[in-house]
Amino acid sequence: METKKKTKKVQLVKLAHARSGDKGDTANVGLIALKPEFYPLLAKQVTAARVARHFRGLIRGGVERYELPNLNSLNFLLHGALGGGGTISLKTDAQGKVFSTALLRMEIAVPRGLRV
Amino acid sequence: MVRIASGQGFWGDWLEAPVRQVEGGAIDYLMMDYLAEVTMSIMQKQRARNPDLGYATDFVPLMERLLPLLVRNGVRVIANAGGVNPRACATAVCDRARELGLGGGGRGRGRGRVKIGVVTGDDILERLPDLLAAGHSLANMDTGEPLEAVLGLVQSANAYLGAWPLVAGLRLGANVLITGRVTDTGLTLAPMIHEFGWAKDDWNKLAAGTVAGHINECGAQSSGGNCMYQWERIPGMDDPGYPIIEASADGSFTVTKHAGTGGRVSIPSVTEQLLYEMGDPENYITPDCIADFTTISLSKAGKDRVRVSGVRGRAATDSLKVSVSYSYGYKAVGTLVYAWPDAVKKAKRADRILRTRLERLGLTFEEILTELVGVDATHGRLAGKPDPEIAEVQLRVAVRARDAAPVERFSREIAPLILNGPPSVTGFAGGRPKVEEIVAYWPALIPRTEVQSSVEIIEV
Repeated sequence: METKKKTKKVQLVKLAHARSGDKGDTANVGLIALKPEFYPLLAKQVTAARVARHFRGLIRGGVERYELPNLNSLNFLLHGALGGGGTISLKTDAQGKVFSTALLRMEIAVPRGLRV
Repeated sequence: MVRIASGQGFWGDWLEAPVRQVEGGAIDYLMMDYLAEVTMSIMQKQRARNPDLGYATDFVPLMERLLPLLVRNGVRVIANAGGVNPRACATAVCDRARELGLGGGGRGRGRGRVKIGVVTGDDILERLPDLLAAGHSLANMDTGEPLEAVLGLVQSANAYLGAWPLVAGLRLGANVLITGRVTDTGLTLAPMIHEFGWAKDDWNKLAAGTVAGHINECGAQSSGGNCMYQWERIPGMDDPGYPIIEASADGSFTVTKHAGTGGRVSIPSVTEQLLYEMGDPENYITPDCIADFTTISLSKAGKDRVRVSGVRGRAATDSLKVSVSYSYGYKAVGTLVYAWPDAVKKAKRADRILRTRLERLGLTFEEILTELVGVDATHGRLAGKPDPEIAEVQLRVAVRARDAAPVERFSREIAPLILNGPPSVTGFAGGRPKVEEIVAYWPALIPRTEVQSSVEIIEV
């Protein structure tokens, strides 16, 4: 390649913190930018389609995304994520408590000069 | 300004938390949330065996410990500890209050000053056939299936009441207000409505109080507990301060905790809790209003103080949510630990052997789930390939069936693997897996007009 790459790949764990919970068989993941200037990067790149790809094979339903710019946050609903949910689920993480950190494994491209 | 302290985030939360909230500084109200969705069905079973049970029994000794101080400091308690039997819970608390000399005939300092309030009307179990006959399908909100399909299996059915029945109890002077199925947020919103005289259609203020309730409802989860942001630097987690809402009449409020306690109240800690169990943030629906979480404004207001303002809300819907529990089937979880070398290979081989044996026995399950704890149990394939030199792996196999018999038989197939399966296996100290009955949760909606709540006061 002639031109030097203008971006670098960074794992979300360097850009955001997160908390997840459950509603029936749906897990929610709230993704919160560690600094306000990271929020536009998250909003642009961590799309519902991207998150659905990230969790492919791990969830049975679709992904919805909601924006909360006031909290520098995105909220994702992962449907069919909890093996039936509640008391029916056989999973260790039946309440989806650590889907949060599973999302933080995702990598996105950020400007090369960005300090994380 | 009114101070509403959170004392419990669920039945099983830290027993010291409510005591520290009352002893650690000035507060006006202590709210405690005891009811998860599954809790109601457990309580229903307890009441079926003994008509004097069916509530959060921990609440009674807690009140015994706290009542004298609550009375002395004028702190009022609001708790949904009543479960499926709020009256029995209230009676038990009354008995303890009398023993403490707080009754009308007693000689204690607070005698005759304790009023126990009981909110009822959420329990619609016995009305289900009539409600169905009247054309309310109580269809499952997730699947659309009508309740008729599982009616014979239903164990409990409760409508979620909002803040207003609690407000009625506070107006009648209850020092301790005991409820059944009330929204978690209503427990914090009710004292605000009561103290500030908010109107039933003052949607922005009701939404603000609902946001405060969401911050309070999970105990320390908003004040440094389970907080991912700089978690190693959160101080004093052996003695975390639980959240306290300092509310103002205009709907704005500050989240804080008692001075000298551990934990941390920060914008990140509060934001994490705001997003917990969040659906569509513009439509956070409760019986009292619809709160719009995209209007929340957070700002730092000093050490361990976060100010919340700007919350907007809209009119409540015509429905109430109903939580039905019903018998679903049975499950069991078996675990074994395999050690280096080749721990993963051994665990996988054991799983194959186990599954072959179950199949040969002709057992059918709705689901068999295998997880390798230490490898893929929480993050699946996202965790990547395991280290071939991994020190140990826990094999965790779980099964579920509608009938108990196959699950019972499964529970006897784990231990044999210790002597007749792959080598270097341990970790079976817990004995045979326990067969658990599954009581599942069925969320539904009902017209608000079908549910009538009532409040009574018991003078101690």
